[in-house]
Amino acid sequence: MRNFLSDKVTGLKPSGIRKFFDIVTEMKDAISLGVGEPDFDTPWFIRDEGIFSLERGRTFYTSNAGLKDLRNEISNYIKRTQNIEYNPDSEVIVTVGGSEAIDIGLRAVINPGDEVIIPQPSYVSYEPCAILADAKPVIVDLKAENEFRLTADELLGAVSDKTKVLILPFPNNPTGAIMEREDLEKIAEIAIKKDILVMSDEIYSALTYKGEHVSIAAIDGMKERTILINGFSKSYAMTGWRLGYACGPKEIIAQMTKIHQFAIMCAPTTSQYAAVEALKKGDEEVEKMRKSYNQRRRFLMNAFKEMGLECFEPHGAFYVFPCIKEFNMSSEEFATRLLMEEKVAVVPGTAFGDCGEGFLRISYAYSIENLKEAISRIQKFVERLRS
Amino acid sequence: MRDELLSILEKNSRIDFKELAVLLGASEEEVLSEISKLEKENIICAYHTLINWEKTDIEKVSALIEVKVTPQRGQGFDRIAERIYKYPEVKSVYLISGGYDLLVTLEEKSLKEIAGFVSDKLSTLESVLSTATHFILKKYKDHGTIINETTKDEREVITP
Repeated sequence: MRNFLSDKVTGLKPSGIRKFFDIVTEMKDAISLGVGEPDFDTPWFIRDEGIFSLERGRTFYTSNAGLKDLRNEISNYIKRTQNIEYNPDSEVIVTVGGSEAIDIGLRAVINPGDEVIIPQPSYVSYEPCAILADAKPVIVDLKAENEFRLTADELLGAVSDKTKVLILPFPNNPTGAIMEREDLEKIAEIAIKKDILVMSDEIYSALTYKGEHVSIAAIDGMKERTILINGFSKSYAMTGWRLGYACGPKEIIAQMTKIHQFAIMCAPTTSQYAAVEALKKGDEEVEKMRKSYNQRRRFLMNAFKEMGLECFEPHGAFYVFPCIKEFNMSSEEFATRLLMEEKVAVVPGTAFGDCGEGFLRISYAYSIENLKEAISRIQKFVERLRS
Repeated sequence: MRDELLSILEKNSRIDFKELAVLLGASEEEVLSEISKLEKENIICAYHTLINWEKTDIEKVSALIEVKVTPQRGQGFDRIAERIYKYPEVKSVYLISGGYDLLVTLEEKSLKEIAGFVSDKLSTLESVLSTATHFILKKYKDHGTIINETTKDEREVITP
């Protein structure tokens, strides 16, 4: 029999997280700080709206781009948080999570050989999605001394005459880094000068702890060259509902909608009805969760400080990214030993790019009680390594 | 800081000052002084513990009593409310809008004692016009806490 598999797909590296996952699931009484999703349940009024939509028999496809009401609410939300106007009829598409938006956004704009600049450490799907879209990924290694922000020099160093897209993943998973307005202005200047499209993945936009999140699309001259991606998973604790969206120039959104129409048809209907309610009435709940994450963030930062573990202060998402270089072992070795010896699961920084070597991603989407227990185990481990 | 401090303390009054300071991103001194201000202003009135008595050997019976009263000249409902809340077995007294005036919650060792309280003490007060007593059969949620809740993390253990 022939080998039926695609070379492009078999050539993709499997996610570095999988191996850990298998060990942890085998292990009883292990504490995991490895989760990339909120610990909160979706606020009840949102779930209730989903249930209500089912009761009313709203079980059919929606339009390809998503419910009109939802696109309106998305447009209102971006207007009130970022002061950017998107036409809900032509510049907004509702997708199956932010992940789908990344995939179809790249496929809608890439021609074979185009280069996509991907700052790392960052979410695991940008590079494979770029490869699947026939782009050439160009990796930029972000640095701890810049608080893992993307600097103008780093970007310029990666730009070539083939560069088409810059992926801008802030607030960042796994580092928790943010980009503030003055950081974005420098990036915008280069994007405009070099005629680059920016794909801004802002899925953690509601979770920042140092001023409000600013979208690069809000900077002069950027709206027309930005695909803004966001969703409901992190801000409204709705990961399982699989709902995200993209806003951007209508020509790009139209092509994205074409792929979406053929591959997906439409995002889940129940989730869309629930999401309308989330955007209409969810601000207060989001704020409550944000405060709670911030308390945990401070708790962890303080704990690492007391432990003497080097860690830059992250101002976004729900991760801290401590440095473990003092122990002279790889992130993977550290994480494996921590899991085996103290039964705490964290994710090695290398799962998010080679330049994550020497770091760990620690999630604080856990209760303080949970974090306390985990921290006391990590402390024991660190003390043993140092002695 | 005040709002956030209160919302933490409302859920966990036993949290220590050091941890509280870390969570709020403030110094211990600031937290201490804010709490003592809140106590002085009677915003923080008391620190209680929520106990699930059903799991103990101690018998407790609770009742909600709707009370209709005649307000008194010059003092409205305050005087009669005071007459009622002075009894130590009375857990709470609320002035209520709608079909009756005061909602009284009562905790006693037995049904008989509650009956005794209502007939001997409450109904005999001059301004009390009528009472309706409802016994609590089971508490599902109290003070924002779900009784008997066991939480289990159902997320996948590691996700990107």
